Amino acid sequence: MTDLTMIDAIRRALSRALEEDPDVILFGEDIGIDGGVFRATDGLMQRFGAARVRDTPLAETVIAGMAIGAAAQGLRPVAEIQFMGFLYSAIDQLANHAARLRNRTRGRLTCPMVLRAPYGGGVRAPEHHSESMEAMLAHIPGLRVVVPSSPARAYGLLLTAIRDPDPVVFLEPKRLYRALKEPVSEDADALPVDKAHLVHEGRDLTIIAWGAMLADARTAAETLTGRGVSPELIDLSSLKPIDRQTIRASVRKTGRCVIVHEAPLTAGLGAEIAADLAEHCLTSLLAPVIRVTGYDTVMPYARLEDRYMPDAARIVAAVQQVMEFA
Amino acid sequence: MTGSAALSPSECGVFLDAEGKVLRDLPDFALDSETLVALYSMMVTTRAFDAKAIALQRTGRLGTYASSLGQEAISVGVASALSEADVFLPSFREHGGQLWRGVTMQELFLYWGGDERGNDFAGPRHDFPICIPVASQFPHAAGVALGLLHQGAGGVAVAIGGDGATSKGDFYEALNVIGAWNLPAVFVISNNQWAISMPRAEQTRAKTLAQKADAVGLPGEVVDGNDVIAVRDATRQALERARAGQGGTLIECLSYRLSDHTTADDASRYRDDAEVSRHWKAEPLVRLRAHLVAAHGWSKEDEESLLRESRSETETAAERYLATPPQPARAMFEHLYATAPPEIAALAQEMGDD
Ligand SMILES: Cc1ncc(C[n+]2csc(CCOP(=O)(O)OP(=O)(O)O)c2C)c(N)n1
Ligand SMILES: [Mg+2]
Repeated sequence: MTDLTMIDAIRRALSRALEEDPDVILFGEDIGIDGGVFRATDGLMQRFGAARVRDTPLAETVIAGMAIGAAAQGLRPVAEIQFMGFLYSAIDQLANHAARLRNRTRGRLTCPMVLRAPYGGGVRAPEHHSESMEAMLAHIPGLRVVVPSSPARAYGLLLTAIRDPDPVVFLEPKRLYRALKEPVSEDADALPVDKAHLVHEGRDLTIIAWGAMLADARTAAETLTGRGVSPELIDLSSLKPIDRQTIRASVRKTGRCVIVHEAPLTAGLGAEIAADLAEHCLTSLLAPVIRVTGYDTVMPYARLEDRYMPDAARIVAAVQQVMEFA
Repeated sequence: MTGSAALSPSECGVFLDAEGKVLRDLPDFALDSETLVALYSMMVTTRAFDAKAIALQRTGRLGTYASSLGQEAISVGVASALSEADVFLPSFREHGGQLWRGVTMQELFLYWGGDERGNDFAGPRHDFPICIPVASQFPHAAGVALGLLHQGAGGVAVAIGGDGATSKGDFYEALNVIGAWNLPAVFVISNNQWAISMPRAEQTRAKTLAQKADAVGLPGEVVDGNDVIAVRDATRQALERARAGQGGTLIECLSYRLSDHTTADDASRYRDDAEVSRHWKAEPLVRLRAHLVAAHGWSKEDEESLLRESRSETETAAERYLATPPQPARAMFEHLYATAPPEIAALAQEMGDD
């Protein structure tokens, strides 16, 4: 066991995947000699060679499309989009091809690829570098969308994603890259696919969050516990598919739910979860399901980003509203 | 403006002119009767398939269909140069090439009739199905080429797209990366002078589409796409270079779309019949037949029996397609993931068996 940051854990997972499977290859912009702009691939080109850890020309559509072709040929490409704000032009390839290659060929061709991208705000990045557009990806049938919330989860989930026989978009909350350290063992198991993660149990309400929002949700949960409220905290973790069983079971038990995401409110994933709870858990609900989210506006520049992002105080306020509902 | 007329034979690879006259020394494969007859037969068969597909569509028994009328030489010429281990990534007008590779007519009918099983074809199992989002197959070809390079067995990825496709960024991004990474890939442009209603001259100010290869440092060449010998020869040479580690090639094949864009299109809204008639004079079957007659003893009987056979093959395939029941509704969930998440498995179950 070594204490690792999330970026270290991601690098270890990539390194282990490269060691264990000769079909694993990495490519993306500046991931070779530079080790990636966040250093996720630092040293990997030197260790595994430029044929397996390769810098691409600056072209997101072909990064995604090439991963599809390589995957169909039996490789296990792990491609990097430097920032999620530049992933839009790869959506064509993800939606039209990666997510449906298996389906449209009745299983003849498959697409075991991973597309990694740092996402989200909170690091004072330039314009276009802080968005959370996970809902666009989660809307695509045939894709998996996974978000880790800690170093250990990043390690286990990335191994899972790379071993998965279908395409996975792996979104890395960059605010957490170096925010905390956690013990991660070198031979840690891959974490199960398609599963939400129960962070801690509680009695009174369920808080659902993912990625960097888990940190704020944890802080909020501590405050609430101090005030005699017992929250159950769920890390959604798999945004596509959503582990509906785990969520429903929790809300059936607690009767209340607050959903937290960094992305804008409208047509965000919180809406999907709230609708699911309305459909399946109505008689268990003691209060309306409340969403604490980014606002329906363009992600503000650095000086206002803290005012945009949900934080512990907003989560606590929402929980109080839910607890006081009568 | 458009068409082979824009380039003289010296600027554009061609062996047979529109009348079938031999313009220069033929490559070895084109001296062999059997090879030429095979090429000709596949072009005739493709045309028969095309006619049947349109007839089925017009009578409500097939979906919207993209005819390859007039472009048979490109698809067949390219595919005939490939080896089994190469990977073919066709656009939606490459029926001839797919048939040459071993996809069955019944599978093609199934696909165009709206059944995914048409893509689960018998032909080379590693070939891609046709690609509808224009130009998006070129990035796949780059990735396939990367895979083939890792395997080290000399395979080459060969993608075909239209003239319209060359205006898209993904075409350029893919062409650039096969150059930058020296990947074993051949990109073929089937320049039929039209992208639905957009004529080639308005698509780009570039004199040729092949010259787009200059921008990425790859060889680009123009061939007469109505001369199957020229298409196959250019492809063969490009494949040899790719196998020898000398990288990719862009080949522009000049031809003409003699049909509507698809069965849902009415080309008379945007082009003259006179233009179409003019291009009928240069279509690819006539010249090869003339050459076969002149140099290989192709007889009236040979021709008639080929037509008979291709029609009967087409009829049989169509009957088999029409007799194939649709998949049960649950099939829409069965190949979404290798292992279905619970909610997908539940949907499949709910659909039952019909
Ligand atoms: C990305 C994309 N845009 C638009 C379309 C609709 N569309 C289908 S075919 C076509 C024209 C394609 O022209 P070209 O590349 O020359 O191929 P051709 O149809 O002539 O074979 C268009 C606009 C599409 N399928 N994909
Ligand atoms: Mg065209």
